[in-house]
Amino acid sequence: MAKSFRMKPPMGEDNGWWWQEAAEGRLAIQRCTQCQTLRHPPRPACGKCHSLEWDHLSASGRGTLCSFTIMHHPQFPGFDYPLIIILVDLEEGTRFTSQLINCAPEDVEFGMAVEMVMHEDPDGFRLPMFQPATGAAS
Amino acid sequence: MSHFLKDKTAIAGIGLTEFSKKSGVSELSLAAQATLAACEDAGLSPSEIDGFVSYTLDSTDEIELARTVGANDLKLFTKVNYGGGAAVGTILHAVMAVATGVADNVICYRAMNGRSGQRMGQGISGQIVSSDLIHWSWYMPYGMLTPGSWIAMIANKYMHHYGVTSEDLGRVAISQRNYAQNNPRAFGYGKPLTMEEYMASKMVAEPLRLYDFCQETDGGCAILITSAERARDLKQKPAVIRGVVQASTQGQEQMTSFYREELDSLPEMEMAARLVYEQSGLGPDDINAACLYDAFTSEIIMQLESFGFCGRGEGKDMVREGALDIDGRLPNNTHGGLLSEAYIHGMNNIAEGARLVRGSSTNQPKNVEHVLVSSGVGVPTGALILGQD
Ligand SMILES: [Zn+2]
Repeated sequence: MAKSFRMKPPMGEDNGWWWQEAAEGRLAIQRCTQCQTLRHPPRPACGKCHSLEWDHLSASGRGTLCSFTIMHHPQFPGFDYPLIIILVDLEEGTRFTSQLINCAPEDVEFGMAVEMVMHEDPDGFRLPMFQPATGAAS
Repeated sequence: MSHFLKDKTAIAGIGLTEFSKKSGVSELSLAAQATLAACEDAGLSPSEIDGFVSYTLDSTDEIELARTVGANDLKLFTKVNYGGGAAVGTILHAVMAVATGVADNVICYRAMNGRSGQRMGQGISGQIVSSDLIHWSWYMPYGMLTPGSWIAMIANKYMHHYGVTSEDLGRVAISQRNYAQNNPRAFGYGKPLTMEEYMASKMVAEPLRLYDFCQETDGGCAILITSAERARDLKQKPAVIRGVVQASTQGQEQMTSFYREELDSLPEMEMAARLVYEQSGLGPDDINAACLYDAFTSEIIMQLESFGFCGRGEGKDMVREGALDIDGRLPNNTHGGLLSEAYIHGMNNIAEGARLVRGSSTNQPKNVEHVLVSSGVGVPTGALILGQD
């Protein structure tokens, strides 16, 4: 795989912390400290109680596949096609967009159990991916 | 009591450039050609135009166009956000201005070298950390960079839930391609499509194949809005605006509203339906034809449900019954639509809506009293109902 082909997310105040968590191996979920509502993608305020105060927790990495698309075209340099992009319903209750790896395209199924694998690019950039559940995720 | 905006304004002119894959002229030139054509169509001098509305994605600014076509002093100039979601929104802004006396004659326009210049599917990039860029950044690093991939994620879930098949998507593509056979402006003119060819076309982002995608087009389209009263004195039969609304729901994102509980409906389109029916005092039974936004075939089937032409999950049944065809319940995109005429970001669907009311479509169904037109799907959107004077 070519190195640093991946478009890096811009790191702003509202999302940079989340990627820092990923860099340290964790799939973070933002949490309102006033009403405890979890939210993803991260935002600076709680839509439920309007509090600006938040912290985060680390997801278990377990979830089920909510939807998916298998991308064939166009093919961007560096990605492996067919590229399986999925929506995961995390067991904590939020939903996350990611890539499914270690799975043949014909084996992808709605509702299948998946688990997080922290992927690392040759340049050290880390991002959460998922694979069919092995039961090994903690 | 009827709504303030109902029947106050009308589409008095429509103007289109030639559609091609390489216009060889600037986007400003396309916008000017479309504007002049709309004025010519209406029989109104460009020097009477005192307002312009376009899309934030449009490269042509209102004053550039105003100088180019010799417009009047401008009392309204604005652009609407969210890609194809802006289409009907431009009409709403013009209608509000004309109905309140802020402006008299407003041009809504979209002009793009969508094939030879900046293409829509080229992906997203950028360095400024805006909230919009952060939004896209949840997808960029995974290589999920194209409208097709975002729509496919919703389409797959919807199709799985309701048993919609590839053939159902193919039926939509073929219905619109059939219409294009009578429309010399259309990309699909002279290029009929069979189910066999549809099914054999290359898979792009499962479940979407090549023919599920709209065109990429160089071209422009302009719509002239004036008061219903003034429109009666102009050249064309007015397409009266019964209702026009914008709609964006809670949890709305641009293209990737993946985080709502349910993914198998279009909440913003259901909201647009509710509002436009309320404003017009009409319901689905009053609509005789439609130009539903069709960047992708799956969007048509979902919108049949959003606008109440059938129940949830029944859109595919309507399509199988031939509802979208010329003699069906709801002839749809009779010009070929974005799939088979041209992709002018929905503006050309509004033009066809006006033609259907005038009775001048190249595929004119019988007895068209009301036509429904919608804006982009999966984005903040809108709906428009045009009717006979
Ligand atoms: Zn809260």
